[in-house]
Amino acid sequence: MNIETPVEALKPNDYASDQEVRWCPGCGDYAIIKGVHRTLAELQIPLEKLVFFSGIGCAARFPYYMASYGFHTIHGRAPALATGAKLANPDLDIWVVMGDGDALSIGGNHTMHAIRRNVDLNLLLFNNEIYGLTKGQYSPTSQLGTRSPSTPQGSVDAPLTALSLALGAGARFVARTFDTNQKQMPGVLKAAHAHKGASLVEIIQNCIVYNDGAFDGWTNKKVVSDNSISVEHGKPLIFGADSNKGLAKSDDGFGIQAVTIGENGVTEADILIHDETNKILAMMLADMKQPEFPVALGVLYNNPAKAFDEAVHEQLREVTEANPAGSLNDMLRKGRTWTVEEGA
Amino acid sequence: MATNVASTENGGRKALDSVVIRFAGDSGDGMQLTGTQFTQSTALMGNDLATFPDFPAEIRAPAGTTFGVSAFQINFASFDIQTPGDDPDVLVAMNPAALKVHLKDVPKGGTVILNTDAFSERNIARAGYTENPLEDGSLDNHIVIAIEINKLTNAAVADCDVTSKEATRCKNFWALGLMCWMYNRDRQPTIDWVNQRFGKLPNIAAANIAALNAGHAYAETVELPSGVEAYIVPRAKVVPGTYRAITGTEAAAWGLVAGAKKAGLELFLGSYPITPASALLHTLTNLKPYGVTTFQAEDEIAAVCSAIGASYAGKLGLTSSSGPGIALKTEAIGLALVTELPLVIVNVQRGGPSTGLPTKTEQSDLFQAVWGRNADTPLPVVASATPGDCFETAIEAVRLAVKYMTPVIFLSDGYLANAAEPWEIPDADDVEPFPVEFRTDPEGFHPYLRDEKTLARNWAIPGTPGLMHRLGGIEKDYDSGHISYDSDNHHRMTKVRAAKIDGIANDIPAQAVATGEESGKLAVVGWGSTFGAINQAVGRCVKDGLSVSHIHIRHVWPFPANLEELLSKFDRIIVPEMNNGQMVNVLRAKFLVDAESITQITGQPFKVSTLEREIRSRVEG
Repeated sequence: MNIETPVEALKPNDYASDQEVRWCPGCGDYAIIKGVHRTLAELQIPLEKLVFFSGIGCAARFPYYMASYGFHTIHGRAPALATGAKLANPDLDIWVVMGDGDALSIGGNHTMHAIRRNVDLNLLLFNNEIYGLTKGQYSPTSQLGTRSPSTPQGSVDAPLTALSLALGAGARFVARTFDTNQKQMPGVLKAAHAHKGASLVEIIQNCIVYNDGAFDGWTNKKVVSDNSISVEHGKPLIFGADSNKGLAKSDDGFGIQAVTIGENGVTEADILIHDETNKILAMMLADMKQPEFPVALGVLYNNPAKAFDEAVHEQLREVTEANPAGSLNDMLRKGRTWTVEEGA
Repeated sequence: MATNVASTENGGRKALDSVVIRFAGDSGDGMQLTGTQFTQSTALMGNDLATFPDFPAEIRAPAGTTFGVSAFQINFASFDIQTPGDDPDVLVAMNPAALKVHLKDVPKGGTVILNTDAFSERNIARAGYTENPLEDGSLDNHIVIAIEINKLTNAAVADCDVTSKEATRCKNFWALGLMCWMYNRDRQPTIDWVNQRFGKLPNIAAANIAALNAGHAYAETVELPSGVEAYIVPRAKVVPGTYRAITGTEAAAWGLVAGAKKAGLELFLGSYPITPASALLHTLTNLKPYGVTTFQAEDEIAAVCSAIGASYAGKLGLTSSSGPGIALKTEAIGLALVTELPLVIVNVQRGGPSTGLPTKTEQSDLFQAVWGRNADTPLPVVASATPGDCFETAIEAVRLAVKYMTPVIFLSDGYLANAAEPWEIPDADDVEPFPVEFRTDPEGFHPYLRDEKTLARNWAIPGTPGLMHRLGGIEKDYDSGHISYDSDNHHRMTKVRAAKIDGIANDIPAQAVATGEESGKLAVVGWGSTFGAINQAVGRCVKDGLSVSHIHIRHVWPFPANLEELLSKFDRIIVPEMNNGQMVNVLRAKFLVDAESITQITGQPFKVSTLEREIRSRVEG
C-alpha cells in the first residue's frame, strides 16, 4: 500500500534546543533524547504545552537540550515541582527526567508519592546504576559488590528494583526499555503518554565513563534476544533468538519460570499470555533478573485509575459550585460580626 | 451575622475598666473552647480584648499532670488594650495541676475559682502537692470560690439523655456559665455555637446548654464570698465600624487570598502539617471557592517545591511551616530565588532549636529568615505585629513577591497565630491592586530580561506560544538567560539579585514611630508579636513624661530607607525580643549602632511590667 503520509508540522529536530549538548561522547543519553524527539514528533505535541522537569545529575541536563519549556530543579525534587505545576495548569504536558540517584535515593520519597497519588506525569527514569555527575560513586541500583570511589572494596548493600518499588507504591503504569533500543522506545513512550496518571518508564542507560558495559549481558545485540523479553499486551511471553523460549507458570503455580518450548514437555500452550492489567504478573515480570530470567522490557503494567490532578480539580469545581465565592469583602464578613455605630 | 451592641446598664454591678481571666485545666477539659466562647461573647459585648491560648504539645497528656495543663487567658477592657494582660485577676482552675501551675501568677487578693470535685487525693498527689492546697493555707492570700463543679454539672444535665462521662465533659460549660454571670456576658452566642456544632447530636447540645445555664444560675443565686461581686466591664470606645474577632491565622489566610486577588492570580498552597502552622492549611483549604488550591505534600521539601512548580506554571505559590520545616525548605527557596519566581513562605515561629517547644511562641527564626541560606541569597522578610496586622502583612508579602519576582518570607509566630482580638474589618476595595502581567510578546524575549526600575525579570509561563525557555538552578547569563559558568557574569548576577532586593527599601513605607517622639533619649525597637507589650509599656512611660519612643519594624529585610537616620536621633536603643538577641545583631551589623538587647526566651509573651521596668531603669534618674 502506498498511503501518502501528511506533512508533519513538527519534526524530531524541532524539539531540540539550540544549546550545545554536553554529555560525554558515547553516553546513552544521546540515544534517549533522540528517541524522545522522535516520539514527540510522532505525537505532534505543541512546544508551548510541553514542559520537561528534571532534578540533578547527568540526565537532569535534559531540559536544556529541549526546545520546549523546561525547568532544571534541585536534586530529587523534580516530581514535587512537576506535581505543583500540573495542579496549577492541568493542560500542560509534563515530563520528568530523573536519574537513579535522583529518583530513588535523594528523591525516593517524591517519586513514591507522585506515583501513589497518580499525578498525570510522564516519569522517565534513566537508570545507569551509578552516580555519573559526581564521578562514579555507587547508586541505590548498583549491583552488590560494585567497586566505586566510595566503595573501593565493593558495595555491600542490596540494590532496589525501580519498577517493583513503583508497583509496590501503587503505580498504574510501569514500563522498561533501554537507551539503544530505538525500535521499542517511541512505542513505550507513546503508551506512557497516552496513560492518564503517573507513568513510570525505566530507561536503562549505559554510562560510558563510570559503568561502561554494565548491561552488556542482556542489551548487547548478540544476546539481547536471548536475555531479554519484550512484552506486548495479549501476546504470548516468548523470547529468544529462535523464539523458542518463554515464560510459564512455575511448577508450584505461584510464580513464573523461563522455559524452552520443546524441552521437558513444554509446548506453546504452556506459555503465559501478557496481560498488562494483571498486577501480580507485572510484579513478577518487573523483578525478573539475569541469569535466571530474561529482563522484561515494554509495558509491564497499564491499568489506569483517576489521575490526582483530575480529582483535585473535580473537587475544586464541586466545592465552588456548591459555595460560590463572593467578593473579598464577603469573605471578610462571613460569620459573626458586630457593628459599632457612630457616636456610640 | 451582624449584631448591634446593646446599650448596657450597671444593674447593681460593679464597673471595672479591665479584667484578666485565665481558664486552666487538663488538656482534655476543653479550656481552649471555653476561652474561645468567652472571647466571642466579650467581643460582641463591645469590649476591647486580647487573648493568649497556652497549651501543651501533647494532645492528651496523662490526666491530672502538670505538664498536661492547658490554659487560655483573656484580657478585656473598656479601653484600648494590646496584650492578653500580665497577671490574671481571676484564675479558673479545673484541677489541682492547673492550680499548681498557675497560682504563682495570681497576685495577692486575686480570685481563684476551683473545681473541688477534681481535688481527690490521687489528683492532688499527681499534681505534685504533698498537702491538699485547699487545706494547707497556701490559698490564704486569695479569694477562693470552691465549687463542686462535677456534681453540679451532673445534676444540671440529669434530664439530657447523656452518659455520665458525657455529662462530666460539660463541666467547662458550667464554669463558662458562671463566668458569664460574673462578668455579664451574653450566653446566646455560645448557645448558637453549641447548636451549630452539635446539630446532629441534640442530646449533647442540650447537655452543654443546660450546664452553661446552670453555672449561670448558680452564680446568680449563691452567696459569693466577700470581695467577689457581679461585675460589668463597659464597652470600649472604639472607632465606629464593623468588627469581628480574629486570630492571626485567619487574618493571614484572608490576607494571602486578598493579595492573590489583587495580583490577579490564583493561590496555590503546598504545605505539610506542623505545629503551630497547620491551622493556616486548614483555614485556606476552606477557601477553595476563592481561587485557592491546597496540597498536603509528602514532606516540607515537596510542599515548597510544589509551590514553586505552581508559581512556574502561573499561580501564586505559597508554602507554610514553622522553623524546622523552613530549614528543610531552604534549598528549594534558593531555587526560587535564583530562578526569580514569586513565592510566599509563611513561618509561624515556635520555640527552638530542633523540635524545641512546638506549642510555645518565640521569635528566634529571624536570622534564619534573613541570612539562613547557602550562598548570597537576599530576599524580603516581613513580620506581623498583631493578629489583625497579619492581614496587611500577608498582602504586602504577596505584593513584593510578584512585583520583584522573588521568594518572600512572612514571619508570624505561635502567639499571633492563636491569639484573638477584635478587628475592624477593612474594606478590601481600599487595597490598591497590583496586577501581574505575564510576558506574551516573543519579540526580543529572554527569560532574564529585567524591568529597569524594579530589576525584576519578566514572567513568561508555560503554555505561552513562542516563549519556550529553560529555567534552572545553574547560573544564568545576564544577557541571554542561558547557562553560564562565566566568572564575571556570576559576579554581575549576584550583584543584580542583591540590588533588586535592596531597591525594595524605596518601595515600602518609611519607618514610622508607633508611640512617642521622633527623637529622644531612648528608642525601644521591636518587631513581630511583641508590639502590644512594647507599645503599652512605652505608652505608660510617655504618659509619665519620659523621653521614650516605640519603633516597630514590619519590613525586617530590607529595612525602610529612613530607619538608620531615625535610629540616629536617639541617645540609646534597646531591642526587646523573644529570642537570644537577633534583631539587635541585624541592626548592629547593618547600621553600626550601639543597640542593646533585652531577651526573654520562656516561650511566653513579654509582660508589659517587665518591659516598663527595663525602660524606666534606662531613662529615670
